Amino acid sequence: MVIQTNGLTFSFGSQPVVKSLSLQVPEGSIYGFLGPNGAGKTTTIKLLLNLLKSQAGDIKIFGLDYEHHREEILSQIGSLIEQPAIYGHLTGRENLLNRALLLQLPESRVDEMLKLVRLSQFAQRKASNYSLGMKQRLGIALALLSDPKLLLLDEPTNGLDPNGIIEIRELLIRLVKEHKKTVFISSHLLAEMERMATHVGIINYGELLFQGEIKDLQSISAPLVRIETANTVDAANLLTKNGYAVTDVTDDHLFVAWQSKQQTAEINHLLNQHGYAVYSIHKVQKDLEKLFLDITQTPAK
Amino acid sequence: MKGFILSLRSEFYKSRKTLGFWAAILLPLIICLLVSAGFYVKSAKMVNMPGLLVWMAFSRAILNVMGSLLLPIFVIIVGYSVNSIEHKADTWKTLFSLPISKWSVYSAKYAYALLLVFICLLLFLGLTVGLGNLLGILKPELKFSEYSMSKALTQVYFKLFLSSLGILSIQFLLSLLWSDFLKPMGVGFVCTIIGVILGVTNWEYTYLFPYSHQMMALRNMMPRIKGRGTAPEFVIDIFTKDVYVGLGIAVVVFIAGFFIVQRKSIK
Repeated sequence: MVIQTNGLTFSFGSQPVVKSLSLQVPEGSIYGFLGPNGAGKTTTIKLLLNLLKSQAGDIKIFGLDYEHHREEILSQIGSLIEQPAIYGHLTGRENLLNRALLLQLPESRVDEMLKLVRLSQFAQRKASNYSLGMKQRLGIALALLSDPKLLLLDEPTNGLDPNGIIEIRELLIRLVKEHKKTVFISSHLLAEMERMATHVGIINYGELLFQGEIKDLQSISAPLVRIETANTVDAANLLTKNGYAVTDVTDDHLFVAWQSKQQTAEINHLLNQHGYAVYSIHKVQKDLEKLFLDITQTPAK
Repeated sequence: MKGFILSLRSEFYKSRKTLGFWAAILLPLIICLLVSAGFYVKSAKMVNMPGLLVWMAFSRAILNVMGSLLLPIFVIIVGYSVNSIEHKADTWKTLFSLPISKWSVYSAKYAYALLLVFICLLLFLGLTVGLGNLLGILKPELKFSEYSMSKALTQVYFKLFLSSLGILSIQFLLSLLWSDFLKPMGVGFVCTIIGVILGVTNWEYTYLFPYSHQMMALRNMMPRIKGRGTAPEFVIDIFTKDVYVGLGIAVVVFIAGFFIVQRKSIK
């Protein structure tokens, strides 16, 4: 495990922000850390970087603890937290040069990074004049500068246009596949994570609700029968009366928990028998977006 | 040690385009040039003065503007500017997630602020001596060449430097903790004014208040005759009790600041 936490707990004053978090991030994974705004994602990342001191629990990164190996751990991590931290009065290139100076890296590495995030032509522009997307890309370049084994990225696609998002996604996938890096990436966008994450952790109100491979998340979501019919509300009532579990009703569709092919045929028959025209009926996997909402919308305890 | 040197170099790299850095260079340059210009234009008034008095008038003109009022404010600004660069860019979190010890980051920042004050005072010294001698050449009727005040001025500026350390440490820590410009500045200005008042009233415990130290340092700068028949010489007692108090405060606040940084959570 590259990141392993045990019972990690943190509060701001009396307000608990992270509750007994036990993360397991395997090597070579893209770990999507999902949760709505205010769920404790940034706080967790700051704990993982030793910027905040946990009140309970422990953190092991590369199997090492911060108490004895702070610099050793940090030398292998690249990070981007919240808005990228950039000196506005320096140019993009100078921001990278300053970091290269601190990390004792050659200047050539700076130009490589500028090229990688496609900022070469804006390298001499003052960073305060960068657009949000350019700042974000510079932040990613800063995180990648030292060629770290582990990347901790807090909502790195914030403010990027669709092209920028695709570029970052492809870059991260490439880093993991070709360079054996591990990426821990937080987001509130499930669809985005679905496209790149190999592992997922879902956090809400500081609690880890789910952790596992992305396919496990999909498999725990039970399939549904999606029925397109004319009068969905009455049809739903009819099905409920006959003992079917209706999970959702919209203007055009209604959803019933899927049990078997036979049962799907029976539903179709029942609706037809009672004069409800069925326009389409088929089995669907629960939408991951919906599943995410289901898991995170449990009220705070 | 490597982390400290790297951080110090980075401090220079980051700040070389900021006002805090340029103030250290421009302040002595502007003040010394203005005073020199005044002496050049009004040289007729001082034709009959002996060398010692011309030097005293010249250096006092600079020291009075600088020492008692501008220097405390400059120190406050330096303490603020080295920290505000991180507050403004929200870079404390990256600074403290680098593989460099917190001690190195903190002490390099402090050392850099110290260095800026040192450079500023060194420039004042160099410019005062240099421009005084230049005036002596350009206007030989001003008897600058009759006397050399370099040693006394070196002592005065060194004492001023030591007297600045108390304020610098306090302001440095305040600016580190508060990202808001007004708080450390407000505290600094109020304390400077109190310092001036205490300095003027000559209260017996004024030496305990670091914001009065620079004024105190400038006070007993009068020439005394050392031995019979010799030329008058400045006798400057550098290590007075106010300097010791200032150094003591600087050390205590610096160490306390480190423990605060060590425990500080980066929000």
